[in-house]
Amino acid sequence: MSKLQALAGNVMNWVDDRFPATKMYKEHLSEYYAPKNFNFWYYFGSLALLVLVIQIVTGIFLTMNYKPDGSLIPGTNVSVAFMSVEYIMRDVAGGWLIRYMHSTGASMFFVVVYLHMFRGLVYGSYKQPRELIWIFGMMIFLCLMAEAFLGYLLPWGQMSFWGAQVIVNLFASIPVIGPDLSVWIRGDFVVSDATLNRFFALHVIAVPLVLLALVVAHLVALHEVGSNNPDGVEIKKNKDPKTGIPLDGIPFHPYYTVKDIFGVAVFLAIFSYVLFFVPEMGGFFLEHPNFDPADPLKTPPHIAPVWYFTPYYAILRAIPSFLGTQVWGVIGMGAAVMIIALLPWLDRSPVKSIRYRGPKFKVALVLFLIAFICLGILGAKPSTNLRTILAQGFSFIYFGFFILMPFYTKNDVGSTPVPARTTESNTQRQLAFLAYTALAIVGSFVFGKLV
Amino acid sequence: MTNQVDNSKRRFLTLATGAVGGVAVVAVATPFIASFFPSERAKAAGAPVEVDISKLEPGQKIDVEWRGKPVWVVNRTKEMMDNMAKIEAKLVDPSSEGSEQPEYAKNKGRSREDRANVLVALGVCTHLGCSPTFRPDLAPADLGAEWVGGFYCPCHGSKFDLAGRVYSGVPAPKNLDIPPYKYVSEGVLLVGEDK
Repeated sequence: MSKLQALAGNVMNWVDDRFPATKMYKEHLSEYYAPKNFNFWYYFGSLALLVLVIQIVTGIFLTMNYKPDGSLIPGTNVSVAFMSVEYIMRDVAGGWLIRYMHSTGASMFFVVVYLHMFRGLVYGSYKQPRELIWIFGMMIFLCLMAEAFLGYLLPWGQMSFWGAQVIVNLFASIPVIGPDLSVWIRGDFVVSDATLNRFFALHVIAVPLVLLALVVAHLVALHEVGSNNPDGVEIKKNKDPKTGIPLDGIPFHPYYTVKDIFGVAVFLAIFSYVLFFVPEMGGFFLEHPNFDPADPLKTPPHIAPVWYFTPYYAILRAIPSFLGTQVWGVIGMGAAVMIIALLPWLDRSPVKSIRYRGPKFKVALVLFLIAFICLGILGAKPSTNLRTILAQGFSFIYFGFFILMPFYTKNDVGSTPVPARTTESNTQRQLAFLAYTALAIVGSFVFGKLV
Repeated sequence: MTNQVDNSKRRFLTLATGAVGGVAVVAVATPFIASFFPSERAKAAGAPVEVDISKLEPGQKIDVEWRGKPVWVVNRTKEMMDNMAKIEAKLVDPSSEGSEQPEYAKNKGRSREDRANVLVALGVCTHLGCSPTFRPDLAPADLGAEWVGGFYCPCHGSKFDLAGRVYSGVPAPKNLDIPPYKYVSEGVLLVGEDK
């Protein structure tokens, strides 16, 4: 051993006597055993972490030039906040790139998180003993939605203003306390400078702190019970009697760090394409009316939330007001998000992975997926009578998937029993995956054109 | 003096500490929660605005800003007033029983009797606060052959007639609000004050 290595070893020993650095490294990376059969769907957890880092870093740099000031520049009808974003885009060196990274990152966060949640759904990752991982995950999802909504107000464009106006007024529909609650949230009787300032504070510090704490809780809980896998087999049940290491487990580092780096490379290629060629994504990532400064007297002709909120927005619009209040739509939208957290207790199947489930769950899942995507498409379009009826139908399917789950999952097992050990993927499964993905994309496109 | 642990005393002290600490937490939280309410400055910024309507032609609408919200002033024509009477069956609350307006505007046209043709309404949809669009055109393609002029909210499709009264079967639950207003002279309107 060279002198240098000996020195490094001594330094490490010195640190380890005072802080469990090596112990933590082993526990969470080099001796954290993850199932060896992870597939495509298992990229999205680490990718979500990557996007979180991108958002925090770009966000910090944006705050250095952004001004949360809704007052108008004298002689114009443009606010200081709106101009500071334009300033970042035009005059700050590299500003446009940092801002587009942040706005693209916001949408990509939801792409990655929705796929991550879908993975949990198909492989039953929320089932015992991973209920708390799922609950922490849902809280992270809520924080992300809050972050996205709060951040969208900051450019103080038309969509920022009117989007916030609509969402804050959702709270006003709550009986008795509603009107005062909405004033309390805004800090004014209308969405104003006071609202902008507090949304800025919440967006850059309050919610991110909670988010980071929840991410830690999510990972600590995961590493306590170990990862699920596409077969839904508990690898800790089959340990090497001598070493105590799961037979189907491989150390996270180097095996999954290498796999995830490959995922990161592909993801960054896609990310960069959006960033450099279509940062607005045709109005889906950055909506066109938001390039107009906020005008409290004029609502844009068509208000739609950013794409990741559209499924819930469609549910909100689908529920009519009755008994003299429109709180029902708000309750429906809230319930649509919250009910996902109950999955661990709604699913009564003895089997985790879709591979070994019976036909009833598979049919229900396909219907749910169709309903979710179609609601997303409907929520992005102006409402018409036909679209409202369709949205109502899909809302029933959406809620039916959850509410009826205890009934259709009971004893619903497939013809192949759950294996004792993990299995390897095969060509048939890979082709089926490609076929389903293609079908979902083509189907969404056709539906979007038809309605 | 005994070495015995007095568990009930410990439990009492734990509970008492918790309760007193809880009161302290609530007390400390108060200023933070209170700071979220509108500031004194925001509360004060509600001065009435004067509007010159002497050049407002019949059939025209102008927007003024009052307390940060749009207020519409519409000079309704005789034809508009007649058409409004015809569609009352389609309205939720044609006589504005369950809506917000000053007593003098609680009538079919929702305006002061001496200037019944002038509508002064808060241009904020009672659904989720968008500002509806003025659509005085008769039977346009997108609103159907029975449309006799009114306001259409682009956000969620709520419809109102030219007195701001809501149609049934739309998301908005009640008629548009009418702010307090008065005429200070023949051609000048004051929005936000009626005394």
